[in-house]
Amino acid sequence: MSVLVVMEQAAAGGWHRISREALAAGKRLAAEMKLPLAAAVLGSPDAIATQAAQLAGEGVAIVWSVGHPLLERYTADGFVAALQQLIAEAKPAFVVFPHTYQVRDYAPALATRMGDVLVSDVIAMNVSDGAATFTRQWMGGKLNAQYRHVGSGPCLVSVQAGSFKADAADAAGAAGEVKQFAPEIDAAQIRTKPGEPFREAARTVDLGSAQVIVSVGRGIGEQDNLKIVEELAKALGAELAASRPICDAGWLPMERQVGSSGQTVAPKVYVAVGISGAIQHLVGMKGARTVIAINKDPDAPIFEVADVAAVGDLFEIVPAVTRALKGSA
Amino acid sequence: MKIVVAVKQVPERDAPVRVASDGRGVDAGDAWTMNEPDAYALEEALQLKERLGEGEVVVLSAGPERAESTLREALAKGADRALHIVTPEDGTGSLTERDTLGVAQMLADAVRGESPDLVLTGLQSDDLGAGQTGVVLAELLGLPHVTLVLSVEASAGAKQIRVKRELEDGWFQQIELRLPALLTIQSGGNRLRYATLMGIKRARSKETKQVEAAAATARHDEIVRVAIPERTRQTEILSGAADQIAAKLAERLKVEVGI
Ligand SMILES: Cc1cc2nc3c(=O)[nH]c(=O)nc-3n(C[C@H](O)[C@H](O)[C@H](O)COP(=O)(O)OP(=O)(O)OC[C@H]3O[C@@H](n4cnc5c(N)ncnc54)[C@H](O)[C@@H]3O)c2cc1C
Ligand SMILES: Nc1ncnc2c1ncn2[C@@H]1O[C@H](COP(=O)(O)O)[C@@H](O)[C@H]1O
Repeated sequence: MSVLVVMEQAAAGGWHRISREALAAGKRLAAEMKLPLAAAVLGSPDAIATQAAQLAGEGVAIVWSVGHPLLERYTADGFVAALQQLIAEAKPAFVVFPHTYQVRDYAPALATRMGDVLVSDVIAMNVSDGAATFTRQWMGGKLNAQYRHVGSGPCLVSVQAGSFKADAADAAGAAGEVKQFAPEIDAAQIRTKPGEPFREAARTVDLGSAQVIVSVGRGIGEQDNLKIVEELAKALGAELAASRPICDAGWLPMERQVGSSGQTVAPKVYVAVGISGAIQHLVGMKGARTVIAINKDPDAPIFEVADVAAVGDLFEIVPAVTRALKGSA
Repeated sequence: MKIVVAVKQVPERDAPVRVASDGRGVDAGDAWTMNEPDAYALEEALQLKERLGEGEVVVLSAGPERAESTLREALAKGADRALHIVTPEDGTGSLTERDTLGVAQMLADAVRGESPDLVLTGLQSDDLGAGQTGVVLAELLGLPHVTLVLSVEASAGAKQIRVKRELEDGWFQQIELRLPALLTIQSGGNRLRYATLMGIKRARSKETKQVEAAAATARHDEIVRVAIPERTRQTEILSGAADQIAAKLAERLKVEVGI
């Protein structure tokens, strides 16, 4: 019995940033459940040796180095086969994943193959009387729902970006053991043929370095209404950004999207206009020093991270703010 | 090409939500709509059929009687037929009594009866946000899958397709796979159409087949408690008349931005 954290590497080398957060979550869970901490690294055998050794040097009791040539390039079929075998061998009580695009792609299938479910996108956990509960969001963050795993199999959870502080994983602990695990995978089991990752046209706006950002969401209603936020941005000398639905509709180019599938920003001031505050948006702008949100819904989740919450109709408030700013120029 | 699209009915986006009286569910009023990623999945299916010049688009939903209006909307947009797995609104056998695996099992039973070439689902539901049902369904059906798909390339009669998958941080990837297959569709890969008056009229003569949901099996994940989230930051709340809010906001902005 252990808490097993499945680590993910970044495409550019090193760990995927959420891996370290998942490790911190796993560490806390292991401590509170009084279980040993284990971690797994998957890949082609030579590529993972260094990272496995590194984990063993920082307080992970058992590091499973899951090596196979067919794991060099990610496929859901390869990862599900490998992890199902590892779980049968390691018999963890909990398996913690980072909630990355890759995990979204294979972890639900892994759970299904084990006849179980995955509690996905967890933002908090709580252990009391030896039982763990996990909190995930419903309704785009308007509600928090607490889940408890029942049944005899291991409890599978994936943790959302930014929900567990990565620092805790860095503390040096007792030296752990690296165990080699060679799963059986047959090339014929792999049913998808992934191509090389690519980018589309180069970015022409770098929101990452902007000091002031005015960001617009679906509350704006129509493309024609964008001019009121453009004018506010102009009056503030700000860059214009948006939530995903605005870019999906083609009202603003994709490179202006903020969030988990867009840019990550950390301006001095972030003004969110008609944005509800879904977690995928928040992870992209949580680093802002001051967040000012304008929303007609007093319960909008964006207000949970706002320093200033303006509750009202953006069509009245935004033009009036622009006028007031101009009047003083 | 025969394509099944799984669509879920979810609460209207701006509907006020409350915790249900038992403290373990949502009371979302009675304004319902098609889960937005599913609208993108439906659009991709309709465009595929148009590009190939042949095929059938079947929409599939599991949910209470009211879910029929969402299936009607899909038919009005151009789907050919609808399959409705009818569950009770609440209590025994309702959607909330089933976990992701349980919901996917209902969908899998219905899809097996259709033997489609392609199954499309949305990436994630706007209410539960599990982001899993499509992948679980693929596994139950023994189909290969790709998630976060933005577009699909297929040619008539071909057994192989190529899809464009969204990766993180602005990266993409092409993936090839054989049919039959399941794809979960990410928003933004296509532009959604509106139902036309003609479409709405035509939908009236299209078939919606109702099937009774199989009995629910016990959940593997129990919902202990549902609550409104607590605020984490000290927030200054401005409310009242718009011009007063605007004046205060402008003052604050001048200080913060330095103008
Ligand atoms: C894998 C994945 C990746 C994603 N990546 C991103 C991402 O990178 N970035 C991103 O933003 N989203 C992303 N999303 C989508 C995200 O989940 C939300 O759907 C999205 O952020 C919602 O955008 P919104 O807040 O503009 O719209 P909504 O959620 O529809 O909110 C609109 C808000 O406007 C308010 N409003 C309406 N009218 C007015 C008015 N007149 N005055 C004032 N307020 C008004 C409403 O109260 C509401 O709060 C992703 C989702 C998934 C599943
Ligand atoms: N009750 C349902 N009926 C039909 N499709 C569903 C249902 N629940 C989920 N789905 C599909 O599965 C996708 C992912 O849902 P979820 O796993 O809840 O995030 C949705 O976008 C739908 O396409």
